[in-house]
Amino acid sequence: MSASLYTTRRIKNIVAMILSVVATGIGLLFLAWILWETLSQGIAGLKPALFTKITAYREEGGLANAMVGSLILNVIGILIATPIGVMAGTWLAEYSRRSKLGPTIRFLNDILLSAPSIVLGLFVYTIVVLPSKWLTNGDVTFSGIAGGIALALIALPVIVRTTDEMLRLVPGTLREAALSLGVPQWKLTVQILIRAARSGIVTGVLLALARISGETAPLLFTAFGNNFMTFNPIDKMPSLPQVIYEYTKDPSPDINTLAWAGAFVLTMFVLALSLVARFVFSRSKVSHD
Amino acid sequence: MHATVSSNAPTTARAEEAARNARDTRNDRLFGGLLKTCALIVLVSLVGAAASTLWLGRDAFATFGWGFLTSSAWDPTNNQYGALVPVMGTVTTALIALIFAVPVSFGIALFLTEIAPNWLRGPVSSAIELLAGIPSIIYGMWGLFIFAPFVATYIKPWLMNNLSADPPDGKISWLVQHVPFIAKFFSSEYPFFGAGVLTAGLVLAIMIIPFISSVMREVFQTVPTRLKESAYALGSSTWEVVWDIVVPYTRTAVIGGIFLGLGRALGETMAVAFVLGNTFKFTPSILETGSSIASTIANQFGEAEGLQKSALMAIAFLLFVVTFIVLTIARLMLRRLASKEGS
Repeated sequence: MSASLYTTRRIKNIVAMILSVVATGIGLLFLAWILWETLSQGIAGLKPALFTKITAYREEGGLANAMVGSLILNVIGILIATPIGVMAGTWLAEYSRRSKLGPTIRFLNDILLSAPSIVLGLFVYTIVVLPSKWLTNGDVTFSGIAGGIALALIALPVIVRTTDEMLRLVPGTLREAALSLGVPQWKLTVQILIRAARSGIVTGVLLALARISGETAPLLFTAFGNNFMTFNPIDKMPSLPQVIYEYTKDPSPDINTLAWAGAFVLTMFVLALSLVARFVFSRSKVSHD
Repeated sequence: MHATVSSNAPTTARAEEAARNARDTRNDRLFGGLLKTCALIVLVSLVGAAASTLWLGRDAFATFGWGFLTSSAWDPTNNQYGALVPVMGTVTTALIALIFAVPVSFGIALFLTEIAPNWLRGPVSSAIELLAGIPSIIYGMWGLFIFAPFVATYIKPWLMNNLSADPPDGKISWLVQHVPFIAKFFSSEYPFFGAGVLTAGLVLAIMIIPFISSVMREVFQTVPTRLKESAYALGSSTWEVVWDIVVPYTRTAVIGGIFLGLGRALGETMAVAFVLGNTFKFTPSILETGSSIASTIANQFGEAEGLQKSALMAIAFLLFVVTFIVLTIARLMLRRLASKEGS
């Protein structure tokens, strides 16, 4: 009787362990499958023209304008989101101790972090694209600025959250030491706390950059896309994810190959960014010890 | 030091100090105000996203009233719009994603916290996190070019042979003959066409596995070692420790993690835009093509005018409200764990 109880328990345990290993195997299998297809199909589509020619040439062209556009959009997004995000995160960590607003905003920030990006894109369409259309009598509609703002909205909660978390890791004794010397709080924040949490904040910015580099949905109705090279931020602006989206829908296999090549470049860029972010973060941990 | 130089120095020094204090106070207040304004931007963007979609969707809500939610029409040629088909597509794909992603994520978290040898834990969890770093458009491409054909050749014909009333091999299975309604969920006019609700749900499942499994892994690690060791000392097997100690201890946070994944799945656009098929027929079958809120907006917003644009804004508002509720539940459940950790 007891022997059979032991056997059932052991079998149950072994089955559970096997299923758990299988689940991990499934996760890793899909990772390998997706990366393998992106690598093999992407490398097959790599050619020098990819980086030198623009999308206006279609099959004979490349993705140069899309890459430049993506770069500009990302820079605009990060330039907007970083100061706002760092300041908002600082307020959450340092100033909101006794207010009820602090926990509320921290909570809403966490929700913004996973909010559907397509709705945020529509929000920017409403507050930037539509007004600029009316103000300029239709000369400026979709623009790089609008795309950058949409990306900033997606980067913002990432930066707010990491800044908040990193500042809260700074030991309280540092604050007390500075305040007891009569340093005003703004000076304490800017010159001591932000500096102490610097590498963590940089990690947050890099992670935000990795996140917005792959965003497609909010750019469709803000930056819109452009088959020509443009550096003008009030012009319609192409981006790598948006061109990959268009090229994937295209019936022509040659265009699809270009989409894979773009996907390869994009994936490598994003993965490299997250590696760098991780490196910066691991170094920051060492320096804290 | 200065005070000894002249007789009126103390008053100057005091005046200077007072001036400096006043300046510091003013600067502190300005600085605090600036930071608070930035923090309020977070609040403004969330409220603004809801308000702007509701405002631009007002025409659709006004024209169709409550019928907008229950009508299955989505017909740009006759200017008739109802949210039912995209809403159902969004919910069905997200639920299919959860059905596959939750057990797999649980298995991964279990493997990473209890089974794997220490040297394997780092690499495997980094690899799973890598899955979260891949842009969603890549999932969409892979889904369209690689996974949909795979579904069409291997999964869909097999499912239809066993579960549909109109199987490609012509033999109606025992299950279909004896279980009522089951065939309705697995019928399809095109047995060898890969895009559809099931395919989209599976792609979403792969996307949300890293999110759910990393939350589960994190909360599993918060279980006090003492508790687990006590159970082991009483002779429990690894599975019994996990099922009877770890899971009850972390239940709320695990559900929070699942809701977090659900929130992601509901709002995902690019991963499903290609593999859903973008048709607006009302059908319970998961092997048929369909559409989700996000994919409908991505596909139609560029060319939409007038009432259609308003209807798209209106479904965007619905999506926002639903994800807001789901994510709020998720965060509340995860927060309760955080406070438990603190105590």
